[in-house]
Amino acid sequence: MSLSPEQVFRIAQLARIEITTAEMDVMRGHLNGILSMIDEMQAVDTRGVEPMAHAQELTQRLRADEVFEMNRRDDFQEIAPEVENGLYLVPKVIE
Amino acid sequence: MINASLSELSRALSAGHISSVELTQEFLRRIARLNPTLNAFITVDEEKSLAQARAADAALSAGTAGPLTGIPVAQKDLFCAKGWLTTCGSKILSNFVSPYDAAVVERLNEAGMVCLGKTNMDEFAMGSSNETSFYGPVRNPWDTGRVAGGSSGGSAAAVAARLAPVATGTDTGGSIRQPAAFSGLCGLKPSYGIVSRWGMVAFASSLDQAGPMARSARDCALLLNAMAGFDPRDSTSIERAPEDYCRELDAPAADPAKPLAGLRIGLPREFFDDTAPCDPQTSAAVAASIEELRRLGAQTIELSLPNVRHGISAYYVIAPAEASSNLSRFDGVRYGWRAPDYSNLEDMYCKTRAQGFGAEVKRRVLIGAYVLSHGYYDAFYLQAQRIRRLIAADFAAAFTQCDLLLGPTSPDIAFALGEKTDDPVQMYLTDIYTIAVNLAGLPGISIPCGFAQAGEKSLPIGLQLIGNYFSEARLLNAAHRYQQATDWHTRIPEGIE
Repeated sequence: MSLSPEQVFRIAQLARIEITTAEMDVMRGHLNGILSMIDEMQAVDTRGVEPMAHAQELTQRLRADEVFEMNRRDDFQEIAPEVENGLYLVPKVIE
Repeated sequence: MINASLSELSRALSAGHISSVELTQEFLRRIARLNPTLNAFITVDEEKSLAQARAADAALSAGTAGPLTGIPVAQKDLFCAKGWLTTCGSKILSNFVSPYDAAVVERLNEAGMVCLGKTNMDEFAMGSSNETSFYGPVRNPWDTGRVAGGSSGGSAAAVAARLAPVATGTDTGGSIRQPAAFSGLCGLKPSYGIVSRWGMVAFASSLDQAGPMARSARDCALLLNAMAGFDPRDSTSIERAPEDYCRELDAPAADPAKPLAGLRIGLPREFFDDTAPCDPQTSAAVAASIEELRRLGAQTIELSLPNVRHGISAYYVIAPAEASSNLSRFDGVRYGWRAPDYSNLEDMYCKTRAQGFGAEVKRRVLIGAYVLSHGYYDAFYLQAQRIRRLIAADFAAAFTQCDLLLGPTSPDIAFALGEKTDDPVQMYLTDIYTIAVNLAGLPGISIPCGFAQAGEKSLPIGLQLIGNYFSEARLLNAAHRYQQATDWHTRIPEGIE
């Protein structure tokens, strides 16, 4: 099991992390090292075993449909990179 | 006062022998003097700390103080603290001043504790040596050429060097227990769900758990009393009656020479055989601690945890998968750092994350994106989750035969800075004894059990005890009785006074 440079670029694209060609070799080497470590688990017989998503078998709690949070938009927007009139600013997406 | 236990500090504060302001100033002076060498803290804010200390002194004189009022604590920089820079060891949060307190911070504030600052850590808690921090590595107070462990390395170094009497940590795969072992401390990872994760920067949500790091089991128990408790804001918080984790520590034993009589300790074969080869000095110290526990009345049973050997593989599928999802929130839009130059929205995301995340975080996010992607989900993610159940079942079977499990915390003592940074897999393998505990969601504690000679230096060795769900009081009691009979936990790094 080994990732090609194209596969690494594709995953990086999915994860929205830019990878330069210069970084590629080292990154690919490390990822393939990790994947070959993980590969041993394919030999484990898990037929009939239910996947375990969580340490505690919990059901989602429900709460009363009541307002309990105050509106703190100004506090939260104060730490944003760019805001205007209560809106988060990002580069134009529609020409 | 720098070597005093939390109970001694509490008595001194109540009796008026020292004020919280004086105590806080003493620790702040030590931080100013020693932090440039150790790099244990990312942020210190004397004014904020002293304001809390003054409030604690007011509570002490008004008679409204609790057992921890006025005692300083160092907070891992993964807990959001209102008005404090909260970086999580990352460049991408290098400008993030939290607008709210994490549940743990809230609870310690309510207990009247004084926050001394935010401690250094591996970026987003991804690392075993604190070398992935954007703010530089933490140095081990026992040997500054070595790592303090990770990811809670700053908390560990701070307590070991007496820059704080106690600290908080978080543990996703060993991040409390391994740095505790490397730094000669007591560190407890509680059962999943007893300490609220609300306001902790999420890494792998089904594994993350906060816990205390201290110089003794008793101090851990006191801090856990303040940290633990149900919180409706964390959907995985467990509704249980509050517990006093100190309750067993002072209970008189029927036979004072054998305070652990009746305790059955399981010795999993896999912790002692070639599954995870251990350094001989670590093996010898762990073997001696087993003898000591037997002398204290414990009975030992050999048993097997056959699937624990697959823990590292399963963990490095599950934790990155959860991380890739959790870290998608860092996009440079709502908070945190944004790349200065970009051509469009997509490019802004990609450059912000490329420049804002360090190499280890990128590796894990990419592994996570890969194992969750179409065509690989069943082979990797579901297979890892099935192995997770096999591991949990191994532990459940073991706890029908014994009360606690014992083994080393780490295969070796603290390694040299830079020794494992070129090979991520070598770094991952240092967590071989701790990781399965997180997968199962069990409590585990590391306590000092000896020292290894490494050249001129003497480095601490950690012993891990693992309990069944919600058995923290029993774990802490076993650790406490061991610490009453031994003095490893009282040793002080050379040159630290």
